[in-house]
Amino acid sequence: MKVFKLMFKNALRHKLRTFLTIVGISIAVVAFGFLRTVVTAWYAGVEMSAANRLVTRNSVSFIFPIPYAYRDRIAQIPGVETVSYSNWFGGVYIDKSQFFARMAVDPETIFDLYPEFIVPPDQLETFKKERNSCALGTDLAKQYGFKIGDVIPMEGDIYPGKWEFVVRAIYQPRDKTVDGTQFFFHWQYLDERMKAEMPGRAGDVGWYLIKIKDPNQSAVISEQVDNLFKNSRAETKTETERAFQEGFIQGTSLIITLLNFISFVIIGIIFLVLGNTMIMSARERTKEYAVLKTLGFSGKHLLGLIAGESLVISAFGGGLGLLLTYPLVGVFSLAVPKSWFPIFYVEPLTIVLAAISALAVGVLASIFPLQKALRTSIVDGLRFVG
Amino acid sequence: MKIPMKYIVRSLFARRLTTAITIFGVSLVVFVFTAVLMMSDGIRQTLRGTGSSENVLIARKAANGEISSIITSNTYGVISSLPQIARGADGAPLITGDVVVVINLEKIGTDGGISNVTVRGVSPAALTLRPQIQVKEGRMFNWGAREVIVGSSIARRFQGAQVGSTIKFGGDNWTIVGLYDTGGDGFNSEMWGDVSQLQDAFRRGGSYSTVTFRLGAPDELEAVKKSFEDDNRLQQFEAKTERTFFEEQSEFMSIFISVLGIFITVFFSVGAIIGAMITMYAAVANRTVEIGTLRALGFKRRSVLAAFLVESFVLSLVGALVGMLLASFLQFVQVSTMNFASFSELEFAFALTGSTVFFTIIFALIMGFAGGFLPSIRAARLNIVNALRSA
Repeated sequence: MKVFKLMFKNALRHKLRTFLTIVGISIAVVAFGFLRTVVTAWYAGVEMSAANRLVTRNSVSFIFPIPYAYRDRIAQIPGVETVSYSNWFGGVYIDKSQFFARMAVDPETIFDLYPEFIVPPDQLETFKKERNSCALGTDLAKQYGFKIGDVIPMEGDIYPGKWEFVVRAIYQPRDKTVDGTQFFFHWQYLDERMKAEMPGRAGDVGWYLIKIKDPNQSAVISEQVDNLFKNSRAETKTETERAFQEGFIQGTSLIITLLNFISFVIIGIIFLVLGNTMIMSARERTKEYAVLKTLGFSGKHLLGLIAGESLVISAFGGGLGLLLTYPLVGVFSLAVPKSWFPIFYVEPLTIVLAAISALAVGVLASIFPLQKALRTSIVDGLRFVG
Repeated sequence: MKIPMKYIVRSLFARRLTTAITIFGVSLVVFVFTAVLMMSDGIRQTLRGTGSSENVLIARKAANGEISSIITSNTYGVISSLPQIARGADGAPLITGDVVVVINLEKIGTDGGISNVTVRGVSPAALTLRPQIQVKEGRMFNWGAREVIVGSSIARRFQGAQVGSTIKFGGDNWTIVGLYDTGGDGFNSEMWGDVSQLQDAFRRGGSYSTVTFRLGAPDELEAVKKSFEDDNRLQQFEAKTERTFFEEQSEFMSIFISVLGIFITVFFSVGAIIGAMITMYAAVANRTVEIGTLRALGFKRRSVLAAFLVESFVLSLVGALVGMLLASFLQFVQVSTMNFASFSELEFAFALTGSTVFFTIIFALIMGFAGGFLPSIRAARLNIVNALRSA
């Protein structure tokens, strides 16, 4: 027990230095937690995807449409429960910097496919009935102050011209892992206007969303869908929603790699700060260690003493850092527009990783001073002048 | 009297390990700081170098990028009758209507996976407008054939994008007949073909994504802009120099990277400042007797303060130089990422600019000052008698 007391006393000997070290470690832990949270947010679309949803798009790339006529043919495939469809609308609301996803959808089926978007039944009914209505997420409603009955004007780019949508439904995301910044309106509304203004582009959908009965059938059904349209003018590529989402973020893998690399560098910095402190402490106490050895304390005691002190400091620093991570992430998600990172929360895994790294660093940082302390002979130690 | 520089440097050498660790910490921070700025500059330079300021590019006002812009054949007719368009040697107007689309290709290498590649259909005048497109290998595509030429950045990174291969899109097979190298602008990450072939394959009728033409005289841009404001057939469109247009395509990515990067480096720098502070406080504590001796010899408090501050500046500057030196090797690295504005892969090199070097050194000096100031004050305030007695 005495060793523990000495460990704490030692850690408190240079109060300022220990304090600075703890602050340094906690800041690094906060930075680590924050970065990991950004990476989590990046993958949010992938994590959100359900195993029983497939996405069918044009095999050339997602910017090319596929005919609406495919719908019935897909629906006939055994194992397919519901077929829904969407078009990416793009467009500009207020100005180009106000970004959120806007999609033309099938109002009858879209919320069957996404049970994680919870809509009050009466709102859903009106949304389905009115051709120019739209449904949007609570986060979006909060950001722009949209209420039921508001008219939202937009300027189209992919679908040129002025558009107006009336808010008829506001959905609630089921939990914090669900995106609350989506904007849906009737595909028919879009298509009618295309028929009148750009007939060549009417009757096209961006992609099909297919709900299947048995997730284990996804590979088989995907192949059946693609075979239906092989050698047609618009060949399709069908994959699970997860694979589709992964394909989207694959292009930005450079940024993910960079963020992951930086989070390793952060652990390196924790290591340097703590290592530096431990080396300096051990160096100042060279004489003391020699005295302890003379008194008969073994190497094991020294090990406990030095590694223990290092662990005490890293545990405090790590703990403080973890406590600070939550408010920081909270502040950040309030500060940036919700649509940048629709899903932004600290994953439990992040906490575990941060805690493990802080403790691992605590052990590693004591190795060098420990080696030196064990190797120095008693005589040299007593003779040492700092 | 000042404390000699030699003395300051020697005292850093006396605690080699701690000094080295501190320098290493600072250099890591500086490395990340520099690398982030270099990356953001690299994207910006690549896209800025893409366009020429003698060319004007027309896109739909509401469009974020070329792929979401649509210009119908009627509008194209209006644009091509503008009097400011320069004429080539043969008397034909130097104007190209481009169709820009994105196709999926499989990437080469360990990460694999599919990514998006821009395919641009151009009119014959495009080659005069953009003289940097020079076929290096194979031949130019034939007008009126389902053929394309490929930029070297794409040929390097994607499967089946080499000269001689065929790619299937728009219901047809397209042969890659040539390879061009622009020396690293945005066009180098594209494929080019005949616009009428692409319009046909994708059933675009006579419509284009963007229209680009050469100005008769550089000062006529204002006149062009004015006609876009006045003519109600053109009010949904916007004229910019080609250079400005492509530079704006880099805006989101480069701001995103800078914001994220600066946020991270601010955190990092606090870590490094604390590291420097610990080192400097320890230096002061260990050298109490020495400081007392210096004071007894007649060195002023000021000089002691200055000596410790300089020591801290030396630490941070050496750290900055090491970090920048390491980061400067990144200039030889070419990376590629999806550009959000064009939704397709863009290859670029890290670029080290003068302003990055300047800001990095300022940043390092701030770290040195912040880390060294309080410890130096402590050193300067030591009482001579107590300091000498402390041994």
